[in-house]
Amino acid sequence: MTALAVEALSKEFGGVHAVADLSFAVTPGTIHSIIGPNGAGKTTLFNLITGLYRPTAGRIVLDGENVAGLAPYKLAAKGLSRTFQNLQIFFNMTALENVLVGMHLRLDRRLAPAVLRLAGARRREAQARDEAAELLRFVGLGDYVTADSASMPYGALKRLEIARALALRPRLLLLDEPAAGLNINETAEIDELIRKIGETGVTVVLVEHDMRLVMGISDHILVLDNGRKLGEGNAEQVRADPKVIAAYLGAAALGRNDAAKGG
Amino acid sequence: MIAWLANPRTGGLLVLAAIIAVLPLALPNNFYFDVAVRAGLNAIVCVGLNLLIGYAGQISLGHAGFLGLGAYASAVLTAHYGWNPYAAMGVGAIAVGVLAFAVGRPILRLRGHYLAMATLGLGIIISIAANTEDDYTGGPDGMTVPPLTVFGTELYGERIWYWIVGALVVVSVWLALNLVASPVGRALRSVHGSEVAAEVSGVDTARYKVLVFVISAVFASVAGSLGAHYGGFITPVDVGFIKSIELVTMVVLGGMASTYGAVVGAAILTALPQVLTWLQDYEHLAFGLILMLVMIFMPRGLIPSLGSAFRHLFIDRPETQST
Amino acid sequence: MFAEFLQFLFTGITVGATYALVAMGFSIIYNASHVINFAQGEFVMLGGMGTVYLLAAGLPLPVAIIIAVAMTVVVGMLLEKLAIEPARNASVVTLIIITIGASIFLRGVAQVVMDKEFHAMPAFTGEDPIVIGGAAILPQSLWVIGGGVMMVLALWFFFERMKMGKAMLATAYNPLAARLVGINTKMVLLLSFGLAAFLGSVGGILIAPMSATYYEVGIMLGLKGFCAAILGGLGRGWGAVAGGLIVGIAESMGAGYISSEYKDAIAFILILLVLFFMPSGLFGTRGTERV
Repeated sequence: MTALAVEALSKEFGGVHAVADLSFAVTPGTIHSIIGPNGAGKTTLFNLITGLYRPTAGRIVLDGENVAGLAPYKLAAKGLSRTFQNLQIFFNMTALENVLVGMHLRLDRRLAPAVLRLAGARRREAQARDEAAELLRFVGLGDYVTADSASMPYGALKRLEIARALALRPRLLLLDEPAAGLNINETAEIDELIRKIGETGVTVVLVEHDMRLVMGISDHILVLDNGRKLGEGNAEQVRADPKVIAAYLGAAALGRNDAAKGG
Repeated sequence: MIAWLANPRTGGLLVLAAIIAVLPLALPNNFYFDVAVRAGLNAIVCVGLNLLIGYAGQISLGHAGFLGLGAYASAVLTAHYGWNPYAAMGVGAIAVGVLAFAVGRPILRLRGHYLAMATLGLGIIISIAANTEDDYTGGPDGMTVPPLTVFGTELYGERIWYWIVGALVVVSVWLALNLVASPVGRALRSVHGSEVAAEVSGVDTARYKVLVFVISAVFASVAGSLGAHYGGFITPVDVGFIKSIELVTMVVLGGMASTYGAVVGAAILTALPQVLTWLQDYEHLAFGLILMLVMIFMPRGLIPSLGSAFRHLFIDRPETQST
Repeated sequence: MFAEFLQFLFTGITVGATYALVAMGFSIIYNASHVINFAQGEFVMLGGMGTVYLLAAGLPLPVAIIIAVAMTVVVGMLLEKLAIEPARNASVVTLIIITIGASIFLRGVAQVVMDKEFHAMPAFTGEDPIVIGGAAILPQSLWVIGGGVMMVLALWFFFERMKMGKAMLATAYNPLAARLVGINTKMVLLLSFGLAAFLGSVGGILIAPMSATYYEVGIMLGLKGFCAAILGGLGRGWGAVAGGLIVGIAESMGAGYISSEYKDAIAFILILLVLFFMPSGLFGTRGTERV
């Protein structure tokens, strides 16, 4: 049983293979990390899985169904959710409203009750707002419930994206560099948040450059280089893989991780 | 008290209704009532257009075309074919909705200036058709439109129309405010905020763009029908390119993504030319100059700029942006 | 039969050359600032009306033309300096409304300084048509086409060979990088409006003897020029030229063979069809959005 299986997936941009013949599987309920140097194809892979790009070849299997090429909003309906490396916040809305958009598929989307503001719609709206506020508190943004997203600091926006993604009640959550640009304390908090999300049973696929975070949190790690799989396994196996060491991690990175463990 | 008044739905709607109720005391004669009625009709179009431009972030430079189709549907069907005006208005609105739906999908795939071009083209084609099909429309000379009747009584006169249009403005604003604060409205606004994020959140962005395009077109169509019956006469100029530009300008001047801004923008830009008539030949010059100056110094439009100044003064934190 | 076709073709190329000049103006400003300048048509009007005004004041034609063009260029630069630059950080729609305000203002000025009447300008070199293959061509047509070709060549030289032109291209491609290598992007912006005003006014002067000029003449010319610019893929120089000629020829053929009443609609029907099937214009390329 897999939550997500990628089979022989390829994506070409004008002759450049951003992702090439890539296959891997994600076990349900695990935290699955994808690492690799810049330009390895991690974000392209996310864009393929979430339907923003159409693959040149290959299959993306979600719960036994090939979903390659489906529109993003249809994938969302199948329980797929993500955050973005470069923030994609709805800056024209409050933090709470951002999360409410994440709940879109679970809310009453009929026009008439909303426009006429019928009692049922009012009640459902109040419930939705409570739930969204709860989600904001879950990711540690309890202070920002009524804030305009445009006035929030960067670190809070990173969490807001996670709250919005969780609002979908995803089965599979893709996090694209959730700790990028954060300081050590903030990163530790994100670490804790991802663990908390994992404990709720959501399968997490994580792209991240912070090796300490990745090595500590992941059940399984996939290493990409030039759009191809370089190696995979748990943290120990990846760290010991000579190919991975040679191509990517390097002595310095390993040393830093060991130092982190020691300290 | 201030917070309650600052709440857009409870406070704003009440203030708007109060202004509309009291304004007649300050209107000395029918000429001023006429300006107010036309401002109200423009406001109805702008409330709809603002959903498209301000909230969903999609430009349209052709909405006078939809207004024109509504107006001419009412005019032609009642004058030439003796239809009941309400049936004509309904058929016009449905036809406009269908047209907007049909062209919406290919047009709204376009972004920015390409979308501006396509909507502009659509509007101009409609106005040229109104100019050319003179067997039906009277061509450039225009055509007379029979009056609207209620229970067999013909509606004549600026004062009666003032109350009809005033009520419709309040209803339009109420509907738009409700929409904006609903899941559908948030989906529209998410398209403006970030289309990719909207898609991965489960919002079928193409569908919502078409939806808001249709809604705004129907607003324009109904206002066009009403305007035709009210004025009793329409010409292609009333529904041409310049009118489209006027409508967008009202929305932007009042403040994008502000329903009250759309009403204020419509009121100001309808009244301004009347205020400037004493300038005679210098009227257009002054109008253009004022428009430029407001947009340069208040690029977000009147209501959002003044609104945030007000909030800074009186309230700590805005509760929602859905003004 | 063929003579008729040839006649339509000449007419189309003549009008198309004017559209092309307007379209290039749109593209140059768009490249420098991502602004759609809805006052572009008013540059055309100012060129024609200015020349007519100065002729009436007794100046000889070449002098009147030079002064009218120079005046329009100054107006274009003032527009940038006084209206666009102070609002640089505003949204694109706001900037569009500012240029619309400018167009209303300029029409207002023309109406005050002159009047609301139609004005004819004498042809540069006589009214006797030249007959080629059965089609009659007015000498002014040759002036329009020749003038258009000259402008295109001059622009080509400017952008390919001159430092300032290259700086403008660099700014269009990547404003930040251009600033980093020391290009004065403010200057580029100012120059782009000057250049667009120059092209527009020249187009307006060349076409004025063929189609009378008045204070609102720029509205339709501007919109069709915008059509042409979009058709060729906004921001592409050669695309603007091709777009202008295609719109001009389609309009003249459509008016001749299909319906002269819908002549003004042809450009817009054409652009709608193209946008339906080719969303980035005829020569545009679709970029993939980065997230």
